[in-house]
Amino acid sequence: MPASAAADPWITLDAAAAGLRDGSFSSRDLTQASLDRIAAVDDQVKAFITVTGEEALAAADAADEALRAGAAGPLTGIPVAIKDVLVTEGVRTTAGSRMLENYIPVYEATAVGRLRAAGGVSVGKTNMDEFAMGSSTEHSGFFPTGNPWDVGRVPGGSSGGSAAAVAAGEAIVSLGSDTGGSIRQPGAFCGVVGMKPTYGRVSRYGLIAFASSLDQVGPFARTAGDAATLLQAIAGPDENDSTCADLPVPDFKADLDKGLDGLRVAAPREFFEEVEGGLEPEVTAALETVLDALAANGATIDRDASIPTARTALPVYYVIAPSECSANLARFDGVKYGFSHLDGNSMWDNMEKTRQHGFGDEVKRRILLGTYTLSAGYYDAYYLQAQKVRTLIRREFDGIFANADLVVAPTTPTVAFGQGAVTDPYQMYLNDVFTIPANIAGLPGISVPCGVGTDGMPVGLQLIADRWQEPLLFRAAHAYEKLTDWHTRHPEL
Amino acid sequence: MSDPTADGSVEFAADEVRHLAALARLGMTDAEVEKFREELASILAHCQVLAGIETAEVEPTANGADLLNVVADDVSRPSLDVEDVMRNAPDREENYFRVRAVLE
Repeated sequence: MPASAAADPWITLDAAAAGLRDGSFSSRDLTQASLDRIAAVDDQVKAFITVTGEEALAAADAADEALRAGAAGPLTGIPVAIKDVLVTEGVRTTAGSRMLENYIPVYEATAVGRLRAAGGVSVGKTNMDEFAMGSSTEHSGFFPTGNPWDVGRVPGGSSGGSAAAVAAGEAIVSLGSDTGGSIRQPGAFCGVVGMKPTYGRVSRYGLIAFASSLDQVGPFARTAGDAATLLQAIAGPDENDSTCADLPVPDFKADLDKGLDGLRVAAPREFFEEVEGGLEPEVTAALETVLDALAANGATIDRDASIPTARTALPVYYVIAPSECSANLARFDGVKYGFSHLDGNSMWDNMEKTRQHGFGDEVKRRILLGTYTLSAGYYDAYYLQAQKVRTLIRREFDGIFANADLVVAPTTPTVAFGQGAVTDPYQMYLNDVFTIPANIAGLPGISVPCGVGTDGMPVGLQLIADRWQEPLLFRAAHAYEKLTDWHTRHPEL
Repeated sequence: MSDPTADGSVEFAADEVRHLAALARLGMTDAEVEKFREELASILAHCQVLAGIETAEVEPTANGADLLNVVADDVSRPSLDVEDVMRNAPDREENYFRVRAVLE
């Protein structure tokens, strides 16, 4: 491999790791190239809240040391970007909120610690919708992020910065979090691979909590195989997270080359019919081409599958997620850390003003909504009822997976929309209509580039598997990538 | 507070929004109260579809993956350094977080 490959902004993790191992270039070369790219394009893209150049170069030198000593792992020396919702010891972590503008964590999130232990080099912390609440990264407390394909459009959200960083060639892979689609939706909008593992697969220790029955940490990458490599490094039991499953972690790449032959794919009609807010014809057309390609290469497609309750997943989500967020965000009181209003006339006055000025509108909206749906007299009608409907949604997915290996669906009903184009909160929520069902049922899902829609913006193919079946997702996504070149296309920046 | 009407719409009075804000310890201007009053009603109207789903025989699901809590062995481990933790405190007195008087 030529030494200049280190400066290729579109290099894959797989190729970069090979180049590091055979000495074509060093981690310092690769990391400096990542920092140079950030310096060149991030004033347009604005993917990063904090860039940690010095720390990155020091980590790169340590990685080069390990490479020379023959002690390198699959991530050793690879530049990674981290969503600013994962706490990083000694490095400011904001969750995209003014509330945490100057917060310096005193411990490391498990996912980040494992990534560093595997040799990954963090280049910085990425922008996001405040406390991961949003679908466009316009709800960041600091600034909006641009979509690298058209910076006048949104990158999706809430992990918009992490998706944009990989799409813009600023980092080779990145970490995000997905509560209702916050990895898969920006993955689709930015034309990169975004993957949400099974609920409980990755530790949430150090993930600033939004909705605890839904949140999950996962990877962004340029290929399905690279996403599997990153997930391998962060997955598995953690004594610091009692909700992280005590299950063995499979080799996520073991089935990567097994192809599509014999895979039973369900295409439930609810994901292909008109939805409130509109389903873009180009998105449907791209998905039809995908289904043809899967069928032509040995998969069987069931077009009669149906998940009637899938359409109720969105309202279920907008009861459960705000309810849990209203409880989780009670901790931001201005007493222990973070923004604090100190000039009020009592402790309660200070607390109310701290939260009034520290939180943005979308966060306040959800706290109010959750306070309502959990309050006496409304709990049964909203939260409990939503949890019961959640059982029905699960049962229908279980029924599908009794006869199918995978569910295929569009990731989003439309391509990325313009900055400022969606102002009604509920219209914004409709972006996640196809991604939320997997969160509600605890299922793993992946979004892979599969075409272009309006104005040449990327379209995402979503694959969903049964609980703990991530290897099937990576296998099918990798097989699909072999058939097309959508994942190799890049924006002009 | 507001019960949905027959057509599924939800009404919020300004005082109801103020009550929610007080429960959530959120300071709020009158303009915000008005804005959230309309937005909450609109979002909740879309959630009324849940009320029509038959769930009499259905158990609730707390998380999608049937996880049980994983419990760690009860052994003492070093905790975070107090000085490190207190460095993020907005206001402190020795190793205490300092706040305005709770009771006047």
